[in-house]
Amino acid sequence: MEQSRQELNRNLAQMLKGGVIMDVTTPEQAHIAEEAGACAVMALERIPADIRAAGGVSRMSDPKMIRGIQEAVSIPVMAKCRIGHFAEAQILQAIEIDYIDESEVLSPADDVYHIDKNAFDVPFVCGAKDLGEALRRISEGATMIRTKGEPGTGDIIQAVRHMRMMQSEMRRLTSLQADELYEAAKSLRVPYELVKYVHDNGKLPVVNFAAGGVATPADAALMMQLGAEGVFVGSGIFKSGNPEKRARAIVQAVTNFRDAKMIAELSEDLGEAMVGINESEIAVLMAERGK
Amino acid sequence: MKIAILSLQGAFIEHARILQRLGAETFEIRQASDWDRQKDALVIPGGESTVILKLLHELNLFQSVRRAIAGGLPVFGTCAGLILLSRHLLNPRSPYERIGTMDITTCRNAYGRQLGSFFTVHDFKGAGHPLPMSFIRAPYIEKVGDGVEVLAEVDGHIVAARQGNQLVTAFHPELNDETFIHQLFVDMVRESVSSKRGSDIGK
Repeated sequence: MEQSRQELNRNLAQMLKGGVIMDVTTPEQAHIAEEAGACAVMALERIPADIRAAGGVSRMSDPKMIRGIQEAVSIPVMAKCRIGHFAEAQILQAIEIDYIDESEVLSPADDVYHIDKNAFDVPFVCGAKDLGEALRRISEGATMIRTKGEPGTGDIIQAVRHMRMMQSEMRRLTSLQADELYEAAKSLRVPYELVKYVHDNGKLPVVNFAAGGVATPADAALMMQLGAEGVFVGSGIFKSGNPEKRARAIVQAVTNFRDAKMIAELSEDLGEAMVGINESEIAVLMAERGK
Repeated sequence: MKIAILSLQGAFIEHARILQRLGAETFEIRQASDWDRQKDALVIPGGESTVILKLLHELNLFQSVRRAIAGGLPVFGTCAGLILLSRHLLNPRSPYERIGTMDITTCRNAYGRQLGSFFTVHDFKGAGHPLPMSFIRAPYIEKVGDGVEVLAEVDGHIVAARQGNQLVTAFHPELNDETFIHQLFVDMVRESVSSKRGSDIGK
């Protein structure tokens, strides 16, 4: 892929900053998300909570279903393919998706190799638990990173853990001396140039969102204050009592994430939050897929 | 010189960085109380125009922002910002009223989806050399009214224009190191500040 395409794909992620990307399964939900202020939608057949409940192998969604959502909204549309499943990614590129999520939420197709995302023209977002994973995905061509969190649980603990881990590892890198960066690259198992970039800039070379377990305006504000540049909300919206109101509240909470008084008002009367399950109660840890 | 940057969603930090490099002081507008601060100009950044417009209304910023721009506050809109300032939109999407202070007719997502995004280096009026231009799911201006100066055209489409104190680009000068267009805006603001000072003395 030419250099400028990579740059344009990083640029699109920059335009999504300060925004909320919402999981939707139908054109109607996509419409509700757009009206509520989503900066993009993730089109998928089943939201993570249902994938978790149903079990079995989870794959890329039906292209027809994705197209229906592309027609329903004017904001960017993202869709998921399985880790390592480059043929699914080719299909998503063929239907001109705006962003592909090579996602641990689906069943991995390859337990060794991720997709060579540099070979594609469409952009990719990938999940990461720590700085090493984030930089490996970026070196494979990802132009946006998100925490893995633990999808479909409504439990924020993993997203917090992953964001804190990335931020503290970045702070550590910035404090290293120039001659220590080679060893850091070796122990992180990532290219030296990316380690150097983080050392010099104190941040990833691409936009970094929070994802996995965000269910309330307070969750969104927590992740933004921990350093996220925006949030993905999956099951948290359409598994709740009043999706429209909750979606709108989360959007506003992301813009004014430091204003506790405003977030208090936004958190009133949102109806039932998704019930959720605690991290410790689940059998499949999706975040452990694809390192 | 104090420049307010509408920071509801999108690429606002990028504008702040360049404007600060050019010697301007910047601050973020995230809610109605931020608007009360003294300012000489406003930047409306790139992002999702539907989101920014909706938040302008929901956070009770819309009326004051529009009144200030209509009253001559210098404004620089890039991409989504251009859409919000357009009087006419060929394919409107948002149910909310736009700022609509600039006499231009705009097409949203005019180049299609992300695969249609592109980078080019192109002439810009007064620059003296071609400027880098990143178009990200960009709009273009279909036509302009009287009193609107066209500043750049790419492939027969208008992608930058100025009307009085309003400057717009369909592309993202905040994403490149080239500072010509931001400098042009800073000069516009300086001119507006000194003419205002002149008229205040005259009173």
